[in-house]
Amino acid sequence: MLGTIASIIDGVLIGSVYGLAAMGLTLIWGVMGVVNLTHGAAIVAGMFALYLLTSALSVPAYAALPVILIGGFLVGVGLYWIAVHRLIGRPPLMILLSTFAVNLVVIGLGTAVWGTGLFNIPVTLPGVTWHRYTFPGTHILAAALTAVIAGAMYVFLYHTRLGKAVRAVANNREAAELAGIPTTRVLSLSFGLGVALAGAAGMLISTMFPFTVLAGDAYQLKSFVVTALGGLGNPAGALVGGVALGLVEGFAAQYMPVSWTLVIEFVLFVFVLILFPRGIFAFRRT
Amino acid sequence: MKDTTPSATAGVRHQPLYRRPFFWIIALVTAAFAGAPLIGNNVELREGLLLAAVYIILASNLNIMLGYAGYINFGSIVFFGLGGYICVYLVGSLNWPLAAAELVAGLVVSLLAFLFGLGILRLRGAFFALATIGINEGVQAFVANFEPWGGSAGLYLPTTIFAPFGGPMQALWIVYFLVVAVMGASLYLSYAVKASKFGLGLIAIGQNEDAAIVLGVPAPLYKAFAYSLSAFLPALAGGLYFFKSAFIQPPDAFDLGLSTEAMVIVMLGGRGTVTGAAVGAYLYEELRGYLLTSETFSNFQLVVAGVLLLLIVLFVPGGLMGWIYGRWPRMKTVLE
Repeated sequence: MLGTIASIIDGVLIGSVYGLAAMGLTLIWGVMGVVNLTHGAAIVAGMFALYLLTSALSVPAYAALPVILIGGFLVGVGLYWIAVHRLIGRPPLMILLSTFAVNLVVIGLGTAVWGTGLFNIPVTLPGVTWHRYTFPGTHILAAALTAVIAGAMYVFLYHTRLGKAVRAVANNREAAELAGIPTTRVLSLSFGLGVALAGAAGMLISTMFPFTVLAGDAYQLKSFVVTALGGLGNPAGALVGGVALGLVEGFAAQYMPVSWTLVIEFVLFVFVLILFPRGIFAFRRT
Repeated sequence: MKDTTPSATAGVRHQPLYRRPFFWIIALVTAAFAGAPLIGNNVELREGLLLAAVYIILASNLNIMLGYAGYINFGSIVFFGLGGYICVYLVGSLNWPLAAAELVAGLVVSLLAFLFGLGILRLRGAFFALATIGINEGVQAFVANFEPWGGSAGLYLPTTIFAPFGGPMQALWIVYFLVVAVMGASLYLSYAVKASKFGLGLIAIGQNEDAAIVLGVPAPLYKAFAYSLSAFLPALAGGLYFFKSAFIQPPDAFDLGLSTEAMVIVMLGGRGTVTGAAVGAYLYEELRGYLLTSETFSNFQLVVAGVLLLLIVLFVPGGLMGWIYGRWPRMKTVLE
């Protein structure tokens, strides 16, 4: 019983980080109706950015977070202008293909540089002990930082003028354009934010688990599952969906080998998409 | 025929397939594939052409979904891998003859694809694409954990398996001819679909799904059929391919790189054209051969594929055939 509660709590901690990653995916979807298939690559880029910053420049692990957020944002804006902007208004198929192509390039370069071996970032933080169970400090801090970033996103979207513009473009791009909002700039900004969130999530995941260059696909799938649970285009739903996925993982880990996790997640994904196409935790769209 | 007024073209359209030049072009290409390595018993050429044929099979079946219906299937390799697994398992563990194993593999994979398609093809556009990524990950993880299929260690065939064909040397040739036959069948299939009412419905879905539904196209059913149809021949090819290599493992069977390359091929040749899938496969195979032998690029094969795909999508969305049609519109009536 205690074990179940402990794994539920740990599931919530880890799941919130999945929620952060999915928030990046869902923001881009909500604003421009584009599925960003560079998402997995952005997560992996966040992991390796932390690896480089800590090992080569010996930056303290969590001090790298702002660097990764800003770097991710700039890369995201650049990606928008390279791979997405020309294709806005063309069939959605085209943006799927172009972001997929960028993903191939990034992962291919990563594989050429780092190979496909396992990487690990040694972060030592005191954990919290409760009965026989210890919750790693990295998990707790990751969840706390996720809460801070999500809170900042909320303030940005609902209490700033620019955030209002983002929501307006998500609601109706033509009307926003007519109201004088520079929609193209808002689109590139949203893409940048989405990539920054994915990078930050990747960075936090890399403090918790070992990773490879190819880890992006699995985490991208997790983000899809989370967005399916939370409703595509819904940042708040993404966080709830992430926690839900963390719970499922925590439970599943008790009853079957970890290697089955992906199968379960995928089955969940398809069932949710078919049965609840608007998401289980779909609140009103932003 | 003096001019190509719409009615004249419509007349061509209603000819039976075998009266049209394109039918014979496919036959010629297939015959050339089968015959070329026979000259001087050229095994090296045969292996190269085998790979090209596999590319053509994957690309032209992917084209049914991607080119006609406008639906991306990121996991088309699942059909190939599952077909391979079923075939190797039936031949190796249950001692079935190859032909029966192939047939069952094709039918089972198509049936699974149909059932699955009925489920996920209610999803539109991007949602469907996401589900297909999940399918590949999910199936691969399932197979890697499935003990009767050897889990992550995979399945091996004993060398005695080639005995009924008169030894390994003979068997490799027979498998090659069978793969070429599957390639010919793939080209005919995508041609026949394109020329049919069913294909017209798919193309309508690709252009505007809502309008197509309003005009009476049963979109979910058509999409599920297309998905299932595009599974059959790749499953056969997978069975033959892994029968030939005599062993199968999850990373080889579900190599996402191969379905990626199939997508690059379809876009390179021209989405929605039968010729494009074949010419694109040939061009890509040449490029790949060059990349693999070049010092600088051998590690960057997928990077180059990615850059190529990005450039095509951004600047030449019609691919090679789109460019040719734009230049010489009359080619549309000859090369489908």
